Amino acid sequence: MDPVPGNPAGASHQGALAGAGPDLGALLRSAARGDTAAFAELYDATSSRLHGLVLRVVRDPAQSEEVTQEVFLEIWRQSARFDPARGSALSWMMTIGHRKAVDRVRSAEAATRRDVAYEQSHQSIEHDVTAEAAHASLEARRVRQALGNLTDVQREAIELAYFGGYTHTEVAALLDLPVGTAKTRIRDGLIRLRDSIGVER
Amino acid sequence: MNHHQWDDAHALSGAYAVDALDAEERARFESHLENCQHCRDEVDGLRDAAAALGSSQPTEPPSSVRDAVLAGITGIRPLPPVTAEPVPVPDTPPSPAADLSARRRLRQLRRVPLLVAAAVILIATAGLAVWSPWSAPDDEKVHLSVTERVLTADDAARVEAAFDDGSRATVVISRSVGRAVILTEDMAQPPDGRVYALWLQSPAGVMVPAGLMPDDPDATVPLDGDASRATAVGITIEPDGGSPEPTSEPIAVFPLEA
Repeated sequence: MDPVPGNPAGASHQGALAGAGPDLGALLRSAARGDTAAFAELYDATSSRLHGLVLRVVRDPAQSEEVTQEVFLEIWRQSARFDPARGSALSWMMTIGHRKAVDRVRSAEAATRRDVAYEQSHQSIEHDVTAEAAHASLEARRVRQALGNLTDVQREAIELAYFGGYTHTEVAALLDLPVGTAKTRIRDGLIRLRDSIGVER
Repeated sequence: MNHHQWDDAHALSGAYAVDALDAEERARFESHLENCQHCRDEVDGLRDAAAALGSSQPTEPPSSVRDAVLAGITGIRPLPPVTAEPVPVPDTPPSPAADLSARRRLRQLRRVPLLVAAAVILIATAGLAVWSPWSAPDDEKVHLSVTERVLTADDAARVEAAFDDGSRATVVISRSVGRAVILTEDMAQPPDGRVYALWLQSPAGVMVPAGLMPDDPDATVPLDGDASRATAVGITIEPDGGSPEPTSEPIAVFPLEA
């Protein structure tokens, strides 16, 4: 597996994940200069994907809304730190969103709450009809196909880690894997996912 | 760096990309990332894959979230872009050409402080009526270990050293926590009957014993004692069991800025 070459021209990066939508990297650069209108556009272009991820990890709708709010404030604050050479703007934003969602569920109190809220949140997920969602459903089909290329244990390990917010050590325990092997399953699975989704870098 | 150790560190890239490391592993891996272009590239690619996975079930948040975000940003100043600034890395100064790897390295060094806000906020319990995103009461951190408190402290500062044999050590200090932590990577074992001893240098220049390193090339060890005013951390080689004061010249000294 070859290292992925960096791409200094940020605009082209949105191709893989954002499709024909606005240039998220350009919106981030405007936001870094204090352009709130650009940030509103950025929010509208990405909020359902960020929130969808946060909701899957955090599960409790009220807490998820708080986390999504925190995530966008953090994206605003860090907007100048986005580096297009290291990946797409959406990927950078999803990384911030995921980190915050995971940190939230790892606090003990939140962990008990999300179990109570599990059924509720699973019924509340609905797809809207914005352009973002329409594009994301195409994306979702590609992702589902890519997930089909993984072994069961790779897929389970990635889902428990990424959506469950569990550490690789906890994933190993949950899947009855020897300690230290879950991280390998996660990495192998992600590499296969990356290669089969054909993430454009 | 020997191949086995490299493999071990490298194998964490996937778990890191999906935030499946605990705080200590995360800090260790980020130390490794500073020096491993291959892992940085891999993490970037795996994060793209994870982002695609995470985009697959979009849900529009209520409009109240949008309103709160757009109201909230008016009170938050975006951070400045990362530009070259002095970072205490005595062994490997960035090249004058400020090439990409040097800039990445600076970014990596700064990542721990940048992530502090995230760590602190998310420890705060949900549902606070008046919600202050960039700070949390100190007592929210009480249940964290010394290592976690130091690594996530707002004022955590890192000082690194690299040795000729490729091994590395990083001291992280938080004046507010009053403690220091050392992280080693690929440290050669001390000679038989000897041990690595840790020292905190007092403002008066006295080396105060701060514990011994375990027999582990990749260790994360909180230093004993109050580091809130220490001026340096030192490592010496001492007879097994340690010494009340250093009996040899330090093999490494990590100067700590006031």
